[in-house]
Amino acid sequence: MSRDVVITGVGAVTPLGVGARTLIERWSAGESGISDGVARCSDFDPTDFLSRREARRADRFTQMALVAADEALAQAGWSEAPPYDGDDVGCVIGTGIGGISTIEDQHTVMLERGPGAMSPLCVPQMMPNAAAGAVAMRHGLRGECYGTVSACAAGAQAVGAGMRMVERGDVAACIVGGAEAGVTPLSMAAFAGMGATSEEGISRPFDRRRDGFVIGEGAGVIVLESAGRAAEREAPILGRLTGYGATADAFHLTAPDPEGAGAARAMAAAMRDAGIEPGAVDYVNAHGTSTPLNDRSETEAIKRVFGDRATSVPVSSLKSSIGHLLGAAGAVEVVATLGALGDGVVPPTLNLEQPDEGLDLDYVPGESRPMERNGHPPIAISNSFGFGGHNVVLCMEAEES
Amino acid sequence: MPETKGATKEQIEERVIEALVEFGEERDGLKGSTKFADLDVDSLDLVELAQIIEDEYGIEVQDTDLDKIETIDDVTALVSQRLA
Repeated sequence: MSRDVVITGVGAVTPLGVGARTLIERWSAGESGISDGVARCSDFDPTDFLSRREARRADRFTQMALVAADEALAQAGWSEAPPYDGDDVGCVIGTGIGGISTIEDQHTVMLERGPGAMSPLCVPQMMPNAAAGAVAMRHGLRGECYGTVSACAAGAQAVGAGMRMVERGDVAACIVGGAEAGVTPLSMAAFAGMGATSEEGISRPFDRRRDGFVIGEGAGVIVLESAGRAAEREAPILGRLTGYGATADAFHLTAPDPEGAGAARAMAAAMRDAGIEPGAVDYVNAHGTSTPLNDRSETEAIKRVFGDRATSVPVSSLKSSIGHLLGAAGAVEVVATLGALGDGVVPPTLNLEQPDEGLDLDYVPGESRPMERNGHPPIAISNSFGFGGHNVVLCMEAEES
Repeated sequence: MPETKGATKEQIEERVIEALVEFGEERDGLKGSTKFADLDVDSLDLVELAQIIEDEYGIEVQDTDLDKIETIDDVTALVSQRLA
């Protein structure tokens, strides 16, 4: 039986709204979820979806993961119960920070009212694996379950980890994703303190004037199933996750290798894993943070891997529309990329008006365009890189309709 | 109804019920004889409930006190006794 990995459901909570379709449609239409220099999920009210009790026991990042997971599982036809024994389903949800608002609130409680006043919910809310545990508990998923921690590559790494789990045959399916709710005073001050965020509050990847990322929050969840098992249950297939490549720069704590060698190796590894050549890739979903360093080194990395084709393959950044969702970004970008492939649309890089010197790829500035068809199911790679030198690349293709 | 310092048993009971509603319980049907075992209340909730009544009434509640608590009446009695 084929252990290839298919995608049968996707869900997202993003600054563009609740729902995966909302994300892809609004991004493709060139809309922005950024307001006053931050990208909040303003529409998201956890009690619209969760009981008071569930909402109360979860930090915001976990609440968002739960809601994105509900959407993904509903699409996969799992709303009532998993189609597999719960023992045969894993769950991996990454985050960059974890329950940072809980940490901040409870730290204030401790300073003002003493250690005896700490909430017993502090630890279960702040722990970075809380989202994975909560999603598993809500849906009775009793296979391997954990959170990935690799900064802004965590969401993509969770997808890769779940893909391997299914490929190995450890589980029939794995619920994967990323979640982050770091639009908080400490988190925003900390990223600003290291000069990572945009002082202008504008996300404009690859533009000459870019000055940092815009911080955002949200979650993306994807249902991965073994192709054989999904076929047995005649599940509707959205696409296939065909490749995973992960490397480390081992260069600097926060700065990417300027030559993009580690990122290039991850892209090459993902394509090798998928059994394709760079020429087969129809779309590159860039990490594209809008920081001076990332956008240059990522461009270098794409040139290294794609060679002559680097300037013709379309490359765009979702972060231009919804800011940087940190540990959720990679998973949300899988949801968006798969949506783009399915729609046959290349979504745009917004706010890119003044190309920087040497940044000369086709970044799809301003407006989306139809995706060119090459006679095979449309194929994309999605890049995610994290402080610490983590490089994660996923390769996927849409199911031909 | 015997009055304890600044709080009647009814007031204490009301405060406990309020806390349980905050935890996610439905208010309807909650009364003095309600058993925690019949509610969706676990050890984390009981620790939080203990903190709430400690704050509210300035008393100390030990883990061993929590072990003996089965009903809302038990909580009310504990608080009244500590306040008396």
